[in-house]
Amino acid sequence: MPDHTGGVLVFAEQDGGQIAEVSLELLSRGRELADALGQHLAVILLGHAFTDQPQQLIAHGCDVVYTADDPRLDVYTTLPYARVVADAVTACSPEVVLFGASPAGRDLAPRVASRLRTGLTADCTDLRIGDHTDPVRKTEYKNLLYQIRPAFGGNIIATIVTPNHRPQMATVREGVMRMPEPDPARTGQVVALEVALDAEAEAVTVIERVKAERTVNLKGAKVVVAGGAGVGSPEGFELIRELAHVLGGEVGASRAAVDGGFIGHDHQVGQTGTTVRPKLYIAAGISGSVQHRAGMSESGKIIAINTDPEAPIFSVAHYGIVGDLFEVIPMMIEAYRSK
Amino acid sequence: MAFRMIVLVKQVPDTKNITAQAMKEDGTVNRSALPAIFNPEDLNALEMALDVRDHHGGTVTVLCMGPPSAAEAMREALMRGADRAALLSDRAFAVADTLATAYALACAVRHVGEYDLVFAGRQAIDGDTAQVGPQLAGALDIPQLTYVSEILGVGDGRIRARRLIEGGYEIVDARLPLLLTVVAEANEPRPRRAKLAAQFKKARTPLEVRETLAFELDPEKGKPDPAALDQRAAQPLADLEARGLLIPVWAPADIDADVERCGAKGSPTKVKNIMSVVLTAGDHKTVEPAREAIASLMHELSEDHVLD
Repeated sequence: MPDHTGGVLVFAEQDGGQIAEVSLELLSRGRELADALGQHLAVILLGHAFTDQPQQLIAHGCDVVYTADDPRLDVYTTLPYARVVADAVTACSPEVVLFGASPAGRDLAPRVASRLRTGLTADCTDLRIGDHTDPVRKTEYKNLLYQIRPAFGGNIIATIVTPNHRPQMATVREGVMRMPEPDPARTGQVVALEVALDAEAEAVTVIERVKAERTVNLKGAKVVVAGGAGVGSPEGFELIRELAHVLGGEVGASRAAVDGGFIGHDHQVGQTGTTVRPKLYIAAGISGSVQHRAGMSESGKIIAINTDPEAPIFSVAHYGIVGDLFEVIPMMIEAYRSK
Repeated sequence: MAFRMIVLVKQVPDTKNITAQAMKEDGTVNRSALPAIFNPEDLNALEMALDVRDHHGGTVTVLCMGPPSAAEAMREALMRGADRAALLSDRAFAVADTLATAYALACAVRHVGEYDLVFAGRQAIDGDTAQVGPQLAGALDIPQLTYVSEILGVGDGRIRARRLIEGGYEIVDARLPLLLTVVAEANEPRPRRAKLAAQFKKARTPLEVRETLAFELDPEKGKPDPAALDQRAAQPLADLEARGLLIPVWAPADIDADVERCGAKGSPTKVKNIMSVVLTAGDHKTVEPAREAIASLMHELSEDHVLD
């Protein structure tokens, strides 16, 4: 293992050789964090029979790619991945390790943090470098990772730090960080890791995997029409779908609507769903919790429709309509159709 | 084949009702000031364990780390059919991040004894981290299966299950002992059984018994002479124990836990600060919910090329 101590390490998730978008997004913020620390940005990639993936990662901004290529790592299972990642971290002591908060990331990151006995913050909506003073001991820490996330029902934004343990670990959901512009001319190092595994690989065997093509593409939509608790029922969502269809957009939903069984989780916008930045976001019957706003506040234009004039959603809206979505949306459909 | 099963549950603040008043100076939530509920996905975890017991036999022990009031969650678990319940409650456990929580729970699991399956809800609705399950498996050094939606079969020291993955599911085969985190989609938690509800309504922790008796001895302040309280409480505690209605409460010493690894001391992560979200009346254009105003809005959006 070359002396690449310190730095920011990003775990690159891949499935069938395809690198997950969330991993590439982490490289843009990873680059900023590494620059702020004056250190390098590395990626660790596990799997089997890599082709151009390391180069793809370098093109997206990292300085070095550590590859762990082994047939036992072909399909993700927890223990082999946790062992390889933890061993690599122990060998090169990064300051920061980042994972996408995908289902696999949320399975792996805590296991790695447990193995390394260090801190991990889930679903960060922002990551920055800054200083910290311990309130009791008054010890000063420089250049810590600020792990920022909404918490406790979304009424607060918490900044969490890991002052005395390394690495500082965080997970970030897809769409929260921006996708970097790849530069195919970029160069970097590719380092092959020795894979040491004992009985880890036999603990869990994957018998069958069934993946459906994504039917909902919220991230790429130019227009999102989202419904919340105010929609009231699965039938109510027909109106949301109609408006989305008419405007050429995608259907979104708040967590309350998903939890209420009105629509599937694939449509959920927010900190625990998808983060979107469409040109137009229409929030109908959505109160606008911090977790929801975290997932859509960077939209180009935001229209909020709610019967409650005090609803927090109005604080991020460009246009606010205090009214019943079941009356307002038909008016919008009619107005758009007749223009 | 009978399974020795342990289910981890959490009593969580009803996060829809948290206000600034519920926050303390140091940035943590004053949980005791909030209405508490049984974490929803922990009910699914309990249901999955009870279902395995129904089909294959075994025992279900429920463990919870929380404030004394989490005794309520223990009663709830017993009323739904758990065989035993124990509460980890002590100042030393308080203000724990997920790593310190997982450490304490692992000590409790080992204290219970040999086990085959450990169940937990996928995540708690207050933290939403989904970290304690995997970190508990890590502390116990056993394999984990997260996002489990169904147990498909058991046999020969292994289990077959369906778990959710991004965009689909996978069928996996895993060796025991094993930890599973269970998703809401997995099942419909059974309600309390009437007979068990009547029986376990009377279940108490020693602290609850002593608190009630303390007010009997000192109606004004509820702070009688400790020796007098011990004497008064001895028989009721023995009775409850004999009837299987005494819910044990464990402190670090009871479960061989190193206090340096519990609670705030054992937490690598620290809350640096908390910002209350202050809502300002944003600069938005108010649009009347009327035909003309809406038509004008749609027109403006087209003009600005927001809409095609």
